[in-house]
Amino acid sequence: MFNSSEIINIPPYSLSRAKKNDLYLKAISELTKLHYNGCAQYRRILDTIKFDLDNARNLEAFPFLPVRLFKEYDLISVGKSEIIKTMTSSGTTGQSVSKIYLDRETAANQTKALVKIASSFLGTKRLPMLVIDTKSVVKDRNLFSARGAGILGFSMLGYDITYALDDQMNLDMETISSFLEKHNGTSILLFGFTFMIWKHFRMSLDKMKKINIDNGIMIHGGGWKKLYDQSIDNGVFRNAIAEVCGIKKVYNYYGMVEQTGSIFMECEYGHLHASIFSDVIIRDHRNFESLGVGKEGLIQLISILPASYPGHLILSEDLGELLGEDDCPCGRMGKYFRVHGRIQNAEIRGCSDTYASGSK
Amino acid sequence: MLPVANKLKYIIGAASDFKKQIMCPYDPLVCDFLNSLSLELLKDKAAKEFPDVISFGFWCRKANIIRLKEEFSGKRLRLGLGLIFHICPSNVPVNFAFSFAFSMLSGNSNVVRVPSKDYPQIGIICDAITRVLSHKEYSSIAKMTAFIRYEQDDEITQAFSEICNGRIIWGGTQTIRDVRRMSIPERGVDVAFADRYSFCVINAKNLLRCSEKEIAELANGFYNDTYLMDQNACSSPHLIVWLGDGVDLLEAKNRFWESVYKKVASRYALAPVFAIDKLTMLYKNIIDLQEVSRLSRYENLLYVLELSHLPDNMDDIRGRYGYFYEYCGTSLDEITHIVNEKYQTLTYYGVDSHDLRSFVLNNKLIGIDRIVPIGSAMDISIIWDGYDLVERLSRICDVK
Repeated sequence: MFNSSEIINIPPYSLSRAKKNDLYLKAISELTKLHYNGCAQYRRILDTIKFDLDNARNLEAFPFLPVRLFKEYDLISVGKSEIIKTMTSSGTTGQSVSKIYLDRETAANQTKALVKIASSFLGTKRLPMLVIDTKSVVKDRNLFSARGAGILGFSMLGYDITYALDDQMNLDMETISSFLEKHNGTSILLFGFTFMIWKHFRMSLDKMKKINIDNGIMIHGGGWKKLYDQSIDNGVFRNAIAEVCGIKKVYNYYGMVEQTGSIFMECEYGHLHASIFSDVIIRDHRNFESLGVGKEGLIQLISILPASYPGHLILSEDLGELLGEDDCPCGRMGKYFRVHGRIQNAEIRGCSDTYASGSK
Repeated sequence: MLPVANKLKYIIGAASDFKKQIMCPYDPLVCDFLNSLSLELLKDKAAKEFPDVISFGFWCRKANIIRLKEEFSGKRLRLGLGLIFHICPSNVPVNFAFSFAFSMLSGNSNVVRVPSKDYPQIGIICDAITRVLSHKEYSSIAKMTAFIRYEQDDEITQAFSEICNGRIIWGGTQTIRDVRRMSIPERGVDVAFADRYSFCVINAKNLLRCSEKEIAELANGFYNDTYLMDQNACSSPHLIVWLGDGVDLLEAKNRFWESVYKKVASRYALAPVFAIDKLTMLYKNIIDLQEVSRLSRYENLLYVLELSHLPDNMDDIRGRYGYFYEYCGTSLDEITHIVNEKYQTLTYYGVDSHDLRSFVLNNKLIGIDRIVPIGSAMDISIIWDGYDLVERLSRICDVK
């Protein structure tokens, strides 16, 4: 579907508003048609809400699926035999997980997009890579968790891939030291999940001796929920990382397993950027109308990569705000935004729980 | 003497002072006490902020209690059962107060476990009860009354269950099962207010005869029945059955939902998480229910999904936060197959209540305990869930 040759030679942050809009209207229309024809559940939804593809004149008008739908249904737009891997979200025990079905083409495009986006921050040369996680998360290659998929995806950008944590999630100082020694003087890519880095890397180093990786570039993602609960935000995180190991280039990314590959990277100014592979619309929760710069709303994500499942337009459960378009001081084109965090569970009114609720 | 435990707090009354005593239903002292409580609440500045506290205050006033007393006729000698243990809903702030009032009007001593959540309404009502109980003339009632608070604890629940003559249990299926595992004395009575399902019927032609003012009032009543509790209350309707056909029907539906939407837009604060819940529910319904025939959306404030046929398990399909199902037919007899024991309240507009009575009677329906006009769904009454509570919570001494 997504014709990689058409877009793969364009730099990842080079499309201005008008050009991107033309490209996206075409791409999203085609994807919507593809999923409409390929996925029965998706077709039922579009028919019932009476979505008229021929008259959809702007991106805001296209229907989007709430992410929770991927937890409840197997949404697939191609023949089951074409599925080569299934990705799952990293739900904690008891929670249901999203299941995302990838065919060869979609999986390949995800990798291409990720490499291209990251190269804007890392350069095009592969770097020695230290993964702040344990090797066991990537062992089962048939069933990819979000964590495993992220690591394998970013591994395309590195060489001499080394895992910093042992199976008990302890820092393997011996391995780290010899890795640093071996690559002394070159840039190093450090990759991991925000919370894992905080808990097992930053905290451990804080207690032990500090190390010096001032030639390191850190990329991390996966969500802030647990850290926000401890009042740790991006600024605190960056400062703490700089303090324990001297890394100054720390880039957060925002993305989800439903749209792997087309991630939103944080620039040097702390803004999350849509690349040529993705876009974002902030919507008013009262009517889903799109909101302009500076207004908080629900974050809808657009990706032109998903061809094997109808995940090109999804509504996240996060709140955020648009900061601008094409005019970030970092020079990257496209929309840039900020994530405020997960929507809060509201108080449930009603009379259906009394005794059992006390045990929670 | 009542049980004591570290984790158990007496908010009103004390374990050592408590004395189980009984009275006759509608004892003048109790009626008088409730009227004093009504006056106390209605002059309370803090209470004014809470419509639910005010409506409880109104319910307790003399005129209302006298009316109830007159309706409760009978020449037989009736007396309270003894001690009633109330386990009240954690997510409805004032039902504990109604539960208490119903049982004391039946002639009982009461131990009321208030919701574990710290609603301001609980403090306001309990403070008012404490002030009124401190008057000398109510000292005998004071001895018969305790309000307690504890986090879920089987030992404490068991201790009160063992000494009570009856329990009032509000809650979902699991709550009721959990509490019922703890036995009460052989002659003890359990009144369980379980999870229920409610629906609504509107006659299209008669709705079109409404003036603008009447339709606005109707929408206001419907709003109070549903949105006030996000449709989580047992008596809030999820399904609207329209009686009518042709152009009338379309016009009536339009007119009704437009006015509801207007009301909602001016009053209801939709949380972002509920907007997502509603959209997810909508798409799930569209995928799962073959019966979906038409969707009407009024922003994210009001979703109406029309079904061409009602599935047997209709009571499992529930909307929340302003999400309704509708079905159009020419007679209520078309929908008898959906009614089961879960059905509680039928609210109506433009339909004769005698016809609704006949609907239940002629079809010998096993469900539907309550038929009230739109706008009255939330009016809790001493006849609730199909029980006359005073009869349930009292005994007859048969004298010949």
